[in-house]
Amino acid sequence: MSGSLPDPAETYRQEAAELLDMLEQSLLDLDHRPDDRDLVDTAFRALHTIKGSGAMFGFDSVAAFTHEFETAFDRVRAGLAPCSRALVAAALRARDHIRGLIEAPDATDPAVGDTILSALHAAVSDDAAAPAPALPPTAPESASASPRTWRICFRPGPDALVNGTNPLLMLEELRGLGRARVTALLDRVPPLDAIDPESCYLGWEVMLETAAPRSAIEEVFLFILDDAAVRIEPPSDDTAAQAEPGPAAAIAATPDLAEAEPPSVVPPLRPGRSDPDIGRVGGSLRVQAERLDALMDRVGELVICQARLHQLAGAGADPGLTAVAEEIGRLVSELRDTTMGIRMVPIGSLFTRFRRLLHDLSRDLGKPVELVTSGEETELDKTMIERMADPLVHLIRNAVDHGLEAPDAREAAGKPRAGGIRLVARHAGAEVLVTVADDGRGLDAERIRAKAVENGLIAADARLTEPEIHQLIFHPGFSTAREISAISGRGVGMDVVKRTIEALRGSIEVTSRPGHGTEVTLRLPLTLAIIEGLLVRVGRGIYAIPLSAVEECVELPPDEASRGGFSLLSIRGALVPFLRLRELLRTGTAPDPYQKVVIIAAGEHRVGLVVDQILGSHQTVIKSLSRLHADVKTFSGATILGDGTVALILDVAQLLEIGQAEEERGRAKLREAA
Amino acid sequence: MRTVLTVDDSASIRQVVANLLTNAGYRVVEAANGAEGLKQLQAGGVNLVVTDLNMPVMDGLTFIREARKLPTGKGIPILFLSTESDAVKKQQAKEAGATGWIVKPFQNDQFLAVVGKVLR
Repeated sequence: MSGSLPDPAETYRQEAAELLDMLEQSLLDLDHRPDDRDLVDTAFRALHTIKGSGAMFGFDSVAAFTHEFETAFDRVRAGLAPCSRALVAAALRARDHIRGLIEAPDATDPAVGDTILSALHAAVSDDAAAPAPALPPTAPESASASPRTWRICFRPGPDALVNGTNPLLMLEELRGLGRARVTALLDRVPPLDAIDPESCYLGWEVMLETAAPRSAIEEVFLFILDDAAVRIEPPSDDTAAQAEPGPAAAIAATPDLAEAEPPSVVPPLRPGRSDPDIGRVGGSLRVQAERLDALMDRVGELVICQARLHQLAGAGADPGLTAVAEEIGRLVSELRDTTMGIRMVPIGSLFTRFRRLLHDLSRDLGKPVELVTSGEETELDKTMIERMADPLVHLIRNAVDHGLEAPDAREAAGKPRAGGIRLVARHAGAEVLVTVADDGRGLDAERIRAKAVENGLIAADARLTEPEIHQLIFHPGFSTAREISAISGRGVGMDVVKRTIEALRGSIEVTSRPGHGTEVTLRLPLTLAIIEGLLVRVGRGIYAIPLSAVEECVELPPDEASRGGFSLLSIRGALVPFLRLRELLRTGTAPDPYQKVVIIAAGEHRVGLVVDQILGSHQTVIKSLSRLHADVKTFSGATILGDGTVALILDVAQLLEIGQAEEERGRAKLREAA
Repeated sequence: MRTVLTVDDSASIRQVVANLLTNAGYRVVEAANGAEGLKQLQAGGVNLVVTDLNMPVMDGLTFIREARKLPTGKGIPILFLSTESDAVKKQQAKEAGATGWIVKPFQNDQFLAVVGKVLR
């Protein structure tokens, strides 16, 4: 672009002169070769440019006349009329007339022009070519001052983006007109592998609140208005339009939902929603427990069924099915939580029962007792609470009878005359810990040991650690009470307690300090029915590990992978023993090149489990093993997977025990080696 | 700065378009027909094309179709100049891949409004 630009009008005159020469040449040639399409096209192009430019530079009469000329000639170009001699003659005259209009507009007679045009039209047909339809006139709008809500549905074609249409700009333009609520229409978006990155699959629905007239909205979509890509629905009646629960409402609701709760396939188990009203027999509904059991059963089956659906949806590429599967997955996990919530009862109801028990015990044994409870609001599955009652009674009796000293002995030991019993319940992950503690004399390790030897439970020269000796009290047929009292000491207590708790998939621990008291802790799962599990593959088998016990997953270092037997893994400075499940389960298959370690933990103990592959989390509906498998230690139950196969549930407590034992053995070996 | 390619066999139209756009702050490159236009487009850096439809050597429709095949021509707005009577042409041009049109004769502010509509 140079600094001084020539006068466009002058440029036009020169250009037009050239074009007119070209036109003349073409027309003369057409006289001899009327069927030459190229000549027709050239002539037409010349006319077109003369007209278009003419209008722009103020040569209105030229433009008007040439337009008519062009319209007539267009029929020839379109093959509707032959290029007759009469036409060529008229066209040549018309050409001369245009020249006159450009060079000496004042000297030309409009009447002459009209005659020429009549001749032209007559030459191409009887009827003058109908002028092509102009743009549809925009409907006149009464400019209403108050804003109204328009519903605009806008679906550009698949090639809109390639063709330079920028929907974003249009939406911005709409926003400029008023308050716009834009919802993307995603229903035409294909599965990922079928997406052509250059294609436009999206549509938009816009609820536009504006005072602008329809023409202003149409203006936004100017270039695509007539492609049926845009539907502008006027506000029939403001309230009606608002209240209409059309697809807009449904679609608009979807993203909100997604925001509120992202569609995670298996949301984590939400333990213990404390609703103080549930469980209290008062302002609530009494339901037979069997009905709740039946409901829980159905939910369990539904969870399994949902897993199958999820698997099917994942295997196919149908986005519709996937969406439904995810929706159902979310509903099922909510239903599961709700159903479990119904079954949850605060443990406080159980604690109050023990007040009476302690009162009676205290009176019968002549030992004043002070009971301290905490965590009454802790919720547990109703079945769990019912089954816990008896073991807890045993533990409390033991504590008062054996644990607490007589008041005089307590005074001599510098303790208050009244013995203290503590009942504590609290949540720990997906487990509940219930502790029965006394501040009595503590377990007498020597006496327990002597008794165990006497009863033939251990050899006289057995070397046991103090915790191991403490564990002996859970052995069947063990009792240390010198005389059998009516309260306890029949030797049927602690082993039954242990068995009952283990039947509930719980564990029991005892700690004791001589002179300070004994503490028995029950560790119980929140529910008996469904847990969140981590699926792993070992060899060809698939196993579930209760997710509540899983601390983390790491990769097995390659140098460890090749070795066998007992090993320790360094996890952020701490040494963790790990078990090779391949060896434990005797898979007999070749190990995967990259094995993983799942670190499980309970209390302070941690053990790594080496697996071939981590498959992911799974809502594990627990099915108990049959009586034939009652002695199986490594597994606590089984579950059904989405594809119908059965996965065994690894018993975390047992594996931790094995891990501990392995660790002990390993350390002993190291000591020997040193 | 946005670059506009104006393709027109009429030097006067190119000039008007160029004046208008240069004054409005755009950079302008010119081409006298579709074939030249494709060369300019291929060189890259063009943000908008304003093309005539009736041109020698390579007409506008072919130019638009070919332009959409170029990596540098995909997705950019292509406007064509058209007279109001060209309803059929409009449809053909859009099918060829044009984004929109500017009706000839145009007022300066109309022209710039359309350019601004597709290029921001």
